[in-house]
Amino acid sequence: MSTQELVIPAPREIVTEPRRSDKVFRGVVTGGGLSSLVILGLIAIFLGYRGFEVLRQEGIGFITHSDWSISTDDAGNVLDSHFGLAAMLVGTILCSLIAVVIAVPISVFSALFLNFYAPGWLKKILITIIDMMAAFPSILFGIWGFLVLMPSVEYWAKLLHRYLGFFPIFDMQVPVYTRSPFVAGVVLSIMIIPIITSVSREIFSQAPLDRIQAAYALGATRWAMIKAVVIPHGRSGVIGGAMLGLGRAMGETVAVFTVLNIVFQVNWQMLLGAGGNVASLIILKFGDASPYEIKALMAAGLILFLLTLVVNAIANLIVKTTGKSGR
Amino acid sequence: MQTSVKPSSLADVANAKAPKVPGTAALGTGLETRGVHAWFGKHHALSNISLDFAAGTVTALIGPSGCGKSTFIRTINRMHEFIPGAAMAGEVLLDGKDVYAPGTDVTKIRLQIGMVFQKPNPFPSMTIGENVLSGLKLAQLKVDNKDDLLQECLERAGLWSEVKDRLGAHGGSLSGGQQQRLCIARALAVRPQVLLMDEPCSALDPGSTLRIEDTIRHLSDTMTIIIVTHNMQQAARVSDYTAFFLSDGGPGQMIEVAPTSEIFSRPQDSRTESYVTGRFG
Repeated sequence: MSTQELVIPAPREIVTEPRRSDKVFRGVVTGGGLSSLVILGLIAIFLGYRGFEVLRQEGIGFITHSDWSISTDDAGNVLDSHFGLAAMLVGTILCSLIAVVIAVPISVFSALFLNFYAPGWLKKILITIIDMMAAFPSILFGIWGFLVLMPSVEYWAKLLHRYLGFFPIFDMQVPVYTRSPFVAGVVLSIMIIPIITSVSREIFSQAPLDRIQAAYALGATRWAMIKAVVIPHGRSGVIGGAMLGLGRAMGETVAVFTVLNIVFQVNWQMLLGAGGNVASLIILKFGDASPYEIKALMAAGLILFLLTLVVNAIANLIVKTTGKSGR
Repeated sequence: MQTSVKPSSLADVANAKAPKVPGTAALGTGLETRGVHAWFGKHHALSNISLDFAAGTVTALIGPSGCGKSTFIRTINRMHEFIPGAAMAGEVLLDGKDVYAPGTDVTKIRLQIGMVFQKPNPFPSMTIGENVLSGLKLAQLKVDNKDDLLQECLERAGLWSEVKDRLGAHGGSLSGGQQQRLCIARALAVRPQVLLMDEPCSALDPGSTLRIEDTIRHLSDTMTIIIVTHNMQQAARVSDYTAFFLSDGGPGQMIEVAPTSEIFSRPQDSRTESYVTGRFG
């Protein structure tokens, strides 16, 4: 028997045999978890399949050109067609960014108020109302925006143009303020405030109590404590909430359709009454579209779908890179 | 730890401390509580605590869990009122002025009465240096030379030599004991008159504990310290006075307060004797 040489064994393979009940449950949750992936994949495949012909016909021009025309003969055969989404994509991004820029500060301040300032009874009422806002039908937001909000927003737009017109985005040549991307952005911002508020409130309420107490024990005022502890802790969560809101704003259809004037020309001037929006384009054209045009609309849907995915991927990246600090 | 200790040996520990050197800095006249009661909702947690804390002394609060020691020190710097439903009665006098008087700026009170918590809680988004000076930013205080203050506070907390080369590292990169000394340095930076310590060593290893006790002895030259501890050896090692708290099912009460060597050698109350000799608690 040798005591000098220690034979190092190969690591053992560890096998666990789960119980039957565990297997069944694993199957159920796996099915649930994968179902969203399957549904999303099927939608993408459907849109790609239906839109493939148009995408092949238009090539890269489908996202770089801005015209939407189709001519058919009496028998319904397509003679000529041009489909380009550039104006719609720019408009979608513009409206959504306006919405997020307006909604994020309002939501963050609401969340801070709800968590740190509001008395208990008011907090309960406000949370209920904000949650109800999220469930409110978007057509009603659209009609309200069109009938009630638009006159005020036009007035704000005029002020922005008069005093901040030297910024290119607030500049405009033709004084047409009605149904502009700005109006659509304001309506969208109201629609995404609930989700951003709710996410922010949740993350702020998880700010660690021991650090909150540490800040107070050092003579911090409430606002100083919030700046030192709550906001660093919640930053990545707020960004995540903003991206969720951005995703919702990009996909929103009916409300934007109600308040936005859709024009096939790329326009970065947010106050001018000429905008674009992919989802609204689809609803605008779908009703009386020929079979070939429907394929183009499906392709547009696919592009919107991909745009949303890209935005979410960027959001994840931002949350990951900023998420470490403050925890 | 406490179960096998005889009272005489704890008294020896208490007597073995270096004699108190009178402080050189102005210490104020100290801190006094008069008839302090505390409630959480309807639950009466603390009854009629009257204690004097002379300037420049270390007072240890001992007693079994749930007897109101932590609640008591949190009434002193008005941290108690953050708990929903919390209430208090009585007076807490700092330099003769009631800290609960209407019109008192509570943030100023907390600057004068600093606090170190049970669990080290540095701000993770800040560097070591920023953590030490965070109180200045939080309370919007101005100092002429931040670097000097930073070094001074870290030296007094016994941490300078360990972190001087990495002041830009994040506070969370330190060990638990270092983090707690960082929290002490942070509390010192706003120059409090009184430092409250709520079981500051309960989450630390023995080596770190000794370093912090050493720090406490040094700090008591210039400030009044009140320390809650479950470790009677620690109370004997660091404190000049010891107060024994006990709850008999009702609200916590202060049973006895005396110079530390007396509490551990000839306690007046039989319950104190039972506790310090390890018969319960």
